[in-house]
Amino acid sequence: MHNLILKAKELLENKIVSVIIGFETGSSGKVRPVFITDSNKADSLIFDERCIQNLAVYLTKKEVKQFGKMGIVATLPIMRSIMVLISEQQLSPENVVVLGISGDGEVLDFADITVMQHYIEKCELGNPAKEQDMLATLNRLNMQEKFEFWQKEFSKCIKCYACRQSCPMCYCTRCAVECNQPQWIPVQSNNLGNMEWHILRAMHLAGRCISCGECGRACPVGIPCHLLTMHLVDQAQSYFGVYAGISDKMSSVLSTYAPNDKESFII
Amino acid sequence: MAKLYAKLSEDRKIYAPVEASDKKVNYQYNPDFKDVTFDHLQSTLSVKNVVFPKVENLFYFTNSKTESSVTDIDLDKIPEVVLWGAHPCDTAAYDVLRSIFCWDIKDEFFAKRLEKLTVVGLACSTSDAYCFCTSVGISPDAVKGSDILLLKLENGDYKVSIITEKGKAILEQSPDLFESYNNEAEIVATVKQRFDYKQVTEHLKDSFENPFWVNNSLRCVGCGACAYVCPTCACFDIQDEAQGSYGRRYRSWDSCGFGLFTLHTSGHNPREVQSQRWRQRVMHKFSYMPERNESLGCVGCGRCSRACPVDMNIAEQLEVLQSI
Repeated sequence: MHNLILKAKELLENKIVSVIIGFETGSSGKVRPVFITDSNKADSLIFDERCIQNLAVYLTKKEVKQFGKMGIVATLPIMRSIMVLISEQQLSPENVVVLGISGDGEVLDFADITVMQHYIEKCELGNPAKEQDMLATLNRLNMQEKFEFWQKEFSKCIKCYACRQSCPMCYCTRCAVECNQPQWIPVQSNNLGNMEWHILRAMHLAGRCISCGECGRACPVGIPCHLLTMHLVDQAQSYFGVYAGISDKMSSVLSTYAPNDKESFII
Repeated sequence: MAKLYAKLSEDRKIYAPVEASDKKVNYQYNPDFKDVTFDHLQSTLSVKNVVFPKVENLFYFTNSKTESSVTDIDLDKIPEVVLWGAHPCDTAAYDVLRSIFCWDIKDEFFAKRLEKLTVVGLACSTSDAYCFCTSVGISPDAVKGSDILLLKLENGDYKVSIITEKGKAILEQSPDLFESYNNEAEIVATVKQRFDYKQVTEHLKDSFENPFWVNNSLRCVGCGACAYVCPTCACFDIQDEAQGSYGRRYRSWDSCGFGLFTLHTSGHNPREVQSQRWRQRVMHKFSYMPERNESLGCVGCGRCSRACPVDMNIAEQLEVLQSI
């Protein structure tokens, strides 16, 4: 923690970054995100096993970006989110400095994104063990049982979109559920609408999800919706042999697109 | 107590709190009495959906090339409901909702549901760090909004206070289920007062441009969890949904935390960024509502702060705002 604070102070004092996105102590034993612009306030930064939120969600937020160059305290899922955001041209590598945190809590010094990429390559990239077990249990069910499991879970959904808002990869300023001409998904929270929403969300994250589990943690009613996207992590790996967020130049497995495409396929 | 529960559910739907396997408590219609919890701190969702369902059909319509017709909802079909075991913050919230839905024009859906509702309140015997009812003029044993209030006693019995005519009817319906109170000690939770809401309202008048809002809401991710678990948030969206020539208009919960909430057709959004939306949430409850509805828009249940994925703790912020 001491090294993290020193590093944050150094970045702010030398004006290398304008803001540090990290964790501070919150209320009732919780931790929460903090945005530090003054090096004198960097002492409030903490890092411990409670600091699991995916802070990369803030890298595309207008009010955070307007500070200027951002430093971010980043565990592996955050590093991988950064890779996806750079790959998808939502974040410029020049606009971010990563204060990496290793699996055992040590501060990692990444000179640039390439160094971070080498670090990521050496890490275990599959779904966390706990979720692997849950997915294995679910996958043993037959199709009818799986359908019933998810119908029961989705019946709790209130369409608050905490799953979407907490995900760094859900950065669209206008989500498909907010289009009403045509209305792809019912606005109301009912069985059909809830299921359609969760399927749509999962499919939009197929090959892009980096297994942080933030969507499931954010859900106020406890729907394990992260298992849907994590299942697709396994699928993307088995069909295409890749994990998302391992380099800054990845094309998405389901929608490969480059700015210099001729687009002659558009009729 | 089981007999009272059975009696009340004879001719009405009963809506009572049940703890699920994941330890989350939520209200269900007609659960078995043995599954009903009496010791819950707080349900995840509030009980506003009894009077303001997350989806309410407003009317049905048919369209053809030559004519269209509208069929109203038969409000008399709205069932009689007994709400069982709601805490004082939740029952007080019905008054707040009434001040919104019956402010100028009486919302007939809300009013009918409230008319058909009987509330068996349950005073709080436990509290946690997120509870702040005493800071907004309510208390763990407040009677507001209840028809009868149950209060746990040290010997395991419950003291019953009859509050309204509806409550009196319950007593008269089954007088043999009640006995006289013998001054047994009560178990009532303690909730520390954290701020003076009148001071908050006063200070908010001049704080619209205060940097406080940006500084304290950068972490807000802009979901609707706080609004949807809130017992007093009443914003809704209105949509038409049709299949072929037949369809319906309904209203469903909405949230001022969403970017789309105030987006104009022109593309202009008066609340373009999250800090403006967070400010709106606090201002509406603690400044605009006291001014226009003569009612505070918060009952201190603390659900929003428990549900928030990024620890936006409203009571903590109100403590600062009372002296800003």
